[in-house]
Amino acid sequence: MSIRPEDKLKEDYKYGFITDIETEEFPKGLSEDIVRLISSKKNEPQWLLDFRLKAYRHWETMVHPEWQYCKVPPINFQDIYYYSKPKTKKSAIGDIDEVDPELLETFAKLGIPITEQKRLMGVAVDAVFDSVSVGTTHQAELEAVGVIFCSISEAVEKHPELVKKYIGSVVPYSDNYYAALNAAVFSDGSFVYIPKGVKCPLDLSTYFRINAKESGQFERTLIIAEEGSFVNYLEGCTAPQRDENQLHAAIVELVTHENAEIKYSTVQNWYAGDKQGKGGIYNFVTKRGHCLGKNSKISWTQVEAGSAITWKYPSCVLIGEGSQGAFYSVALTNNFMQADTGTKMIHVGKNTKSTIISKGISADKSQNVYRGQVKIMPSASGARNYSQCDSMLIGDQCAANTFPYIDVKNSTAVVEHEATTSKISADQIFYLQSRGFSADKAVSLIVNGFCKDVFKTLPLEFSVEAVKLIEMKLENSVG
Amino acid sequence: MIEIKNLHATVNGTEILKGINLTVKKGEVHAIMGPNGSGKSTLSKIIAGHPAYEVTSGEILFEINGKMKNILELDPADRAKEGVFLGFQYPIEVPGVSNFTFLKESFNQICEHQGAEKLDDQAFLKLLRSKLKILEMNEAFLERSVNEGFSGGEKKKNEILQMAILNPRLSLLDETDSGLDIDALKIVAGGVNSLRSKFNATVLVTHYQRLLDYIIPDYVHVLYKGQIIKSGDKSLAHELEEKGYDWLTGEK
Repeated sequence: MSIRPEDKLKEDYKYGFITDIETEEFPKGLSEDIVRLISSKKNEPQWLLDFRLKAYRHWETMVHPEWQYCKVPPINFQDIYYYSKPKTKKSAIGDIDEVDPELLETFAKLGIPITEQKRLMGVAVDAVFDSVSVGTTHQAELEAVGVIFCSISEAVEKHPELVKKYIGSVVPYSDNYYAALNAAVFSDGSFVYIPKGVKCPLDLSTYFRINAKESGQFERTLIIAEEGSFVNYLEGCTAPQRDENQLHAAIVELVTHENAEIKYSTVQNWYAGDKQGKGGIYNFVTKRGHCLGKNSKISWTQVEAGSAITWKYPSCVLIGEGSQGAFYSVALTNNFMQADTGTKMIHVGKNTKSTIISKGISADKSQNVYRGQVKIMPSASGARNYSQCDSMLIGDQCAANTFPYIDVKNSTAVVEHEATTSKISADQIFYLQSRGFSADKAVSLIVNGFCKDVFKTLPLEFSVEAVKLIEMKLENSVG
Repeated sequence: MIEIKNLHATVNGTEILKGINLTVKKGEVHAIMGPNGSGKSTLSKIIAGHPAYEVTSGEILFEINGKMKNILELDPADRAKEGVFLGFQYPIEVPGVSNFTFLKESFNQICEHQGAEKLDDQAFLKLLRSKLKILEMNEAFLERSVNEGFSGGEKKKNEILQMAILNPRLSLLDETDSGLDIDALKIVAGGVNSLRSKFNATVLVTHYQRLLDYIIPDYVHVLYKGQIIKSGDKSLAHELEEKGYDWLTGEK
């Protein structure tokens, strides 16, 4: 009757339902014609089409990277739908009153009510379904203080000068294989602009939902915080349970000017595949922020609990003097999930600071890798970095690896790195059981304690959700 | 309260307990003594339900709602909810979980099971404060992670604090005196004594007589090679102190 800790970690994915909705899809496969089709469908200006085409032509010359520690099965890029849009009964999209009730129902089921009556208090939401944004709440309220929060398609139409100035400025299309792919075919995503001196009165949030079969989601998010401004941005993701793998290749670009701050939090719960490792999302994302201005700040907090393969490194380039970057991460893998995730902190400006706290939890037969780079450029006098990377193993068939890359080119910099590995022991579980905790609860208590330093950086509602998500992943199991 | 009948148990195929018989009644304090490796700690862990040990025969009857029930079928959490408490020889660290949260959740889930009212943060803090006082513990204790970075003495005090909060009917204290200096020993013993009542029972597992100067047992049992080879009153402990275990083990 011995209870193995790994038995406690089984999955019950409650977001695996499929919305039955008619979609408008472009033919499968990728070509210059498809890129042109996406652009024309969205009535894009010539400069954006040119940007896409340059990216596409560059992508064609690239080979799929192989340095990652996860095994990525070959992806047939001609077997993916690059554009899938729910057919609305009414014509306009973007206006919530006109959205198909089926879609509203889907988001309500996901806990993201977007209708006027039911929407979340204090949080404005942009809801993205497959390739398009179906609606953004609280827009009027935000407009009153000059904050722009809309889909990137809408931004291209209404604020082309801002999009043109910043798109690709943080993550150039040539950055990497999936950045080039995204730049060629990106369909939607969120756009945020916080004007000078404005503390955004609401938290902003984007919820990404993949629904269509065999489609990829390629969203692009761009957030600009002008001098002295502040925004709290939250991102959530889910997808139906399907046997085929699906690709999600996004780009997020953040820019902060002098004394501005962006807090970016993600709770990622894409479908991770079944217990045999069949199906699940490939989550290949490039997220990067430029701290351009003096004393500006960017922090990334991520709770990565889903996806068959997670492959991403939310990063900060610290350019402005005294600017600060932070990365707080919890990555939980179970069954056959693989994660190769971490961050890059590139110190360019003087007296720049960065903090990295990463907590990896692996169970069953999963692979969990922390990969992080701290680079201190010759110009970054007085730069400081502190990194802490902890791994926790549940059971004895999983693996955790840490690959820190530290590159210091300025002798006045101080760089610290700490790493630990621990294992949930039967004695630890027994101790908690003997105080009345069930074995499930014991494991989730231990894991939550392990992740505490990261959870406390999340906004309250998100931290509650993160704790619940981890608990859900850890529960429903006694096998 | 508890009746152990002909209990045999193995770990990894090695028999450690070879027919234990022991009855503890309400209001009693029993001490189990014996040399290293005699099976004392194993016995207390098996009563609490440690999964590493396999009970091969015998039963452990525990009074639940007025009836004697074999608790070998219950998992450790359910035994705890029925009022069995094990004070660990080596309390386990749970980093990132505050003592307060841990104690409160533990307390409330046991209350819930027993049909008692759960306490909110305020009311629970009040209860905690009264118990902290008995153990001469500082309130800063509550904010620290469970046992993390605690000294040996602090860990043992923390075990007794949990016992005081959970108010078990049967407390098994495994080597609670080890690693304590004399002042801490007095405080811990005082804590245990203050919790004694005619409704509960305590089983002390210890090497040394020393603890029994402060917590006076009603019965003393000597465990050797997995069996109780001698039982007596508190004078047996003194005799052991004088003559050593060889006196008994040689006799056998």
